Amino acid sequence: MLEFRIVPGSVTPIYKQLVDQVRWAVFSGAHQPGTPLPSVRAVAEQLVINPNTVAKAYTELSRDGVIESRAGKGCFVAARRQIFSNAERSRRIQDAAATFVNEAACLGFSPDEIRAALERRLRQFSEESSR
Amino acid sequence: MTDFAIRTENLTRYFGAKRAVCALDLAVPKGTIFGFLGRNGSGKTTTIRMLLGLLEPTRGRATVLGEDSRRLSPATRARIGYLSEGHYLPPWMRVRQCGKFQAQCFRTWNEDLFQSVLKHFRIDPNARAKALSRGERAGVCIALTLAPGPELLILDDPALGLDPVVRRGLLESMLYVTRREGRTILFSSHMLSDVERVAEHVAIVDRGVLRAQCKLDTLAARIRRILLRFKSEPPALPEIPGLLNVQRFPNELSLSIANFCDATQKILDALPVESSTTMPTTLEEAFIDYAGERGEKSFFLERMGGAA
Repeated sequence: MLEFRIVPGSVTPIYKQLVDQVRWAVFSGAHQPGTPLPSVRAVAEQLVINPNTVAKAYTELSRDGVIESRAGKGCFVAARRQIFSNAERSRRIQDAAATFVNEAACLGFSPDEIRAALERRLRQFSEESSR
Repeated sequence: MTDFAIRTENLTRYFGAKRAVCALDLAVPKGTIFGFLGRNGSGKTTTIRMLLGLLEPTRGRATVLGEDSRRLSPATRARIGYLSEGHYLPPWMRVRQCGKFQAQCFRTWNEDLFQSVLKHFRIDPNARAKALSRGERAGVCIALTLAPGPELLILDDPALGLDPVVRRGLLESMLYVTRREGRTILFSSHMLSDVERVAEHVAIVDRGVLRAQCKLDTLAARIRRILLRFKSEPPALPEIPGLLNVQRFPNELSLSIANFCDATQKILDALPVESSTTMPTTLEEAFIDYAGERGEKSFFLERMGGAA
């Protein structure tokens, strides 16, 4: 089962933090297709947040094909498939890159340091998925 | 069409020559948790007192659960739970006496719920109010407000002076209440991390004037913070619609702009900028931008339900 953690007061809205955590768990391979997600109610109670926030995260994740909901049984990690067109994929990675670079530049890192940070994260990613 | 638990139109209140609340148009959708934010003395309590019919508006009106707030019927009042600022209890009363007293005012009083909220906050029902700590008094007040099972809860700064554990209990209670369909909560607060956890909608007032009213996620998303770098001293700024906050540094300008759009980008593009960086915004920064002292005040962040 997924364990969520949230940090209020962050530049990332709470629903987005939940989305990111599920994505990371799924794409790193820590959670295989078919793994159940805790119910909206359970997550909201555990984290003491509005259930609608959790529902919003789950909606976005199912829209993007990361999870799927089965009637009466809750949400599960979906089988990995490509649901976006190539143009949309490339738009999304550019958005993600812009956010990453902006935030890093804001913190005063040089291009080399930013590249190094990205490399580190990629290595960590492949280690987790090969496990 | 959304159903509203509270609507105000042009709600205004003066105390003598002093304007406390100015032309407030609030719309609190049924079934949501609504955070009512503003600095101290910005008119939050005055507004709440008008909603409850405890204070006459100088102009305008408020509709609460479908009735004019100046003429709330006893039956409608019984559907409203009100937690006043400061967690006041008569000091000589015992906790269970407070419960008994309150129970007589409500046909729908739920004694089990009252007891379980007290237990949740670990309060001895036999203790006298004057012997309770601030947090314990808050717990009793919350229990008194929740036990009648109100349809609409109006909480005036419920987190004021509470430690993190009691505050967490307060949030849990609020979420517990809205588990039932159609329950609405309006609460005022300064604790932005609490607001972020539970509120779906927020309104910000500054000196009695409504500055923003929208979904919580929209609030920060609609503010663009931009750092502009210049070769030398930054030039004087042209008029920028929605400019909330400006900070000048030797070669830089930091701007916070609400409702950023292509037209805004065009104005910025006309400046002799070396480079610009867009920075993400936290809820706290957004709040300070809206309620702080700097910047222009001539705009209003529109209600934009599903815009973001």
